[in-house]
Order: sequence, then structure tokens, then C-alpha cells
Amino acid sequence: MNFDIAVILSNAKFLLLQGLVGIGRFGGGTLRLAIPAIVLGFGVGMVLGLARLARRRWIHYPAAVYIELIRGIPLVMVIFWFWFLVPVILGRPVPEYWVALTAFAIFEGAYIAEIVRAGIQSVPKSQMDAATASGLNYIQTMGSVLLPQAIRNVIPSLVTQFIVLFKDTSLASIIGMMDLTKAAQTVSQRELRPFEMYVFIAVVYWVCTYSMSRFSRWLEVRMSPERALPR
Amino acid sequence: MLTMAGLLGSSYQFHWSVLWQAPHGQWLLNGLLMTLKLTAVSWVFAVFLGILFGSLRTVPSRPLRMVASAYVEFFRNVPLLVWLFFWYFGAPEVLPESVREWVIHHGMEYWSAVAGISIYHGARMSEVIRAGIQSIPRAQVESGIATGLSVFQAYRLIVIPIALRLIVPPVTNESLNLLKNSSLAMTIGVGELTFATRQIETYTAKAFEAFTAGTLIYLGLCLGIAFVMNRVEKKFAIPGLIARTERAEH
Repeated sequence: MNFDIAVILSNAKFLLLQGLVGIGRFGGGTLRLAIPAIVLGFGVGMVLGLARLARRRWIHYPAAVYIELIRGIPLVMVIFWFWFLVPVILGRPVPEYWVALTAFAIFEGAYIAEIVRAGIQSVPKSQMDAATASGLNYIQTMGSVLLPQAIRNVIPSLVTQFIVLFKDTSLASIIGMMDLTKAAQTVSQRELRPFEMYVFIAVVYWVCTYSMSRFSRWLEVRMSPERALPR
Repeated sequence: MLTMAGLLGSSYQFHWSVLWQAPHGQWLLNGLLMTLKLTAVSWVFAVFLGILFGSLRTVPSRPLRMVASAYVEFFRNVPLLVWLFFWYFGAPEVLPESVREWVIHHGMEYWSAVAGISIYHGARMSEVIRAGIQSIPRAQVESGIATGLSVFQAYRLIVIPIALRLIVPPVTNESLNLLKNSSLAMTIGVGELTFATRQIETYTAKAFEAFTAGTLIYLGLCLGIAFVMNRVEKKFAIPGLIARTERAEH
């Protein structure tokens, strides 16, 4: 068998524009799903992470149960749950894109919550005492003293999780959303060249995730001057 | 769960008995057994690859380190689903005729899933094991070599035994990820637990009951394994160390 580069070139436009970016008549798109999912997942994770550290039990326990429950089941299962539940609850059909986006925000939020919690716990307690002593309230303490340090401490873990989320968006193809994976499936059924198609999208995914991890390394060095010093 | 049932409204009729009626109960059981088998077999291969490439990433030889890095960085940065499609649809095309024949007659879905999951999770295991090895002071290896061990012996007798004990928590976490990710094998037609759940849903139109069953079985497995490994971790903890290696991401 010889590697047929022409089949990749002739379908690259569809795969990249429709599959990766989401421009085309099928909607969807890996990036168009991944970027809002990262933003929403981070928001959900932030709220849950703070809730899990709350002193009041009625805030603390539901957050803990939510996180442990979600972390104990596969993402595919969560996607199927939403695929089935969202239309029933709303009483009308919902596009796969919105089902996937909801499922990702809910699922990845639980993982991001654990990272946020680890970040907050990594800040010395004296910081909180000092902030309280200087008259800041809870929101001011969290917003201007604890969270900036906490997030900075966990940037590598956060970006790793965002990379995981980016890769996870491929699962939206299971419920039929047109992303990079689904686009490759569609093309390989027509062209009967699955080897070339999957190698090509593997490389595209790799370029995206690898640049994210390089960016993370750069950010880590830039945001913490003390770590940039030679050890 | 109850609030979800409330949201469904009164129009939905619950029939929990579909879960144990023949043949659905059997489907679920077979699905569970397949999930366990797929997870166990892939885990063994993934741990082997993890120890091999995780160690290679820390050895003094630069070419070996580069080979190991190339494997890890490429395989773990591409979605598992893409690897499964690659191994199932793409890779057989380039196999020699005789090998392809054998695989087709011996459960191609299953072996593609094992290949995809093992190689992907092997790359992720390598990272966990590398982190474990690098948390061991360099002096341990150097003193091993100074006492006359070869690099290979220093790894086999000193570094890997200590690292294995240090990394019980992150390896447990990664193993649970492998278990959860085995659900993706349904996409290439392996009859594991998620596949069985979907099958029941398709045949009975009782999605709520079917997904509840699947969800509870996965939760039971994950929480059960986490509980057992927590005990193992305490038993094998190295006395005098309080630092746990940080929980790896999913």
C-alpha cells in the first residue's frame, strides 16, 4: 500500500474549515466547540472549586457529591445522559452542538474544580489571615489575594486539563456533531482511504494540543519570575 | 436522580424491570465482563509501556530519551477516539495479508481497542512514571552506580521499586481513567458496558433506566477500585514520607 497524499490535499479544505473550525453548512467544528467549552468549564470549575472549600455544609456537600459523581463515570455516559435528557426537559429537539457543549461544561467543570481547589490550598494560610486583618471581605480576599496566586500555581495543571478537554471534544462526533473526527469519518467513508484520513487528523490534533502545551510552558515561566531562575 | 425524574414529567413511564428481563440482564452482565476484560488486558500492556518509556525518558542516553519523548508526546496528545478509529479502520490496511486475516478472524474490534487503549494510556502512564522517577533524588542512581551497578541495574533494583511505591496514587487515578475510557471501544463495536447500555436503550426505548444502570455500574467500579487502592497505598507507603505525588489530571 502506498500513502496517498492527494486524497488528503483534496479534502483538507473540508476537514480543516468544516471539521476543525466549524465554517460550513454542518455547523459544529472542533474549535467552535472547544473554546466555549473551555470558558464554560473553567467557570463551572471555579464555582465548584470554591464551593467545595466553603465552610457551610449545605454548599460544601453538594459540590463534593457532584465532583465525585462526575469523576466516577465516563464522559460518553455523560454525553448520552444529556443527549437524552436535554430534549425531554426542554420539550423540543436540541442541536448536537448545544448538547455537547452542556455536557462538556458539566463534565470538565468537575475536573477543573479539583485543580482550582488544589490551587487555593497551595496558597499559604497566612495570606488569608493577612488579607482579613487588613480589612478585606471574603470576595475581596478571594478575588485580589488568594485566587490570583492560586491560579498561577496551577497553570500547568489547568492547561493540561484544557488540552484533555480539547481532545475530548472528539467525543461529540459520537452523537453526530460535525467536528474534525466526524469530518474524517465522513470523508474516509467516501474515499475509502481511512489510513490517510486518520493519520492526517491525528497530526492536526497533535499540532493544536502540542502548541497549547508549549504555550503553557511559556506562560508558566513568564508568570512566575522566581521559577525562571536556573535551579 | 429524583429531581431529574421530576423534570421528566408524568408522561414518562418507568419500567425498571427492563434491566433484568431476558435478554437485557444478560447483555448488561456480558457488557460488564467485557469492560473488565478490556480494561485488565489494556492495563497490563499500558503499564508495561509506561514503565519502559517512562524510564527511558530519564536515562542518560540522549537518543533513547528522544525516542521515548517522541512516543509519549505524539500518542498522548491525540484523542483516544481518533486512535481507536485509526487502529480499527486505518491500520489493518497496511498490515501484511496473513496478519490481517488472523486479526479479522480473532475479534478485530477487540484487538483494535486493546491496541488503541494500551498505546494511548501507555504514553500517559509513562508521564506518571517519569514524574515518579524524577522525584527520586539523582544521588540514589549515582550512589548505585558508584557501588558498581550498571545503569540498568540501578534502575531495576533501586529507582523503579521506589518509584512504583511513590506513584501508587497517580497510577490508580490513571488506571481509573483507562477504565472509563474503555467505554470508547463501543464506537468500534466492542460489546462492553456502554455498548450494552445503548443496546438496551435502543431495544426498549427506556433510556433513563438503561443509562442509570450503566452509570451506577461505572460508579461502583470506580469507587470500589479507589477504596481498595487507598488501602494499598497506605500499606505500601514509604515510611517517613508525607508528600504524596499530586493527583494527575484525568
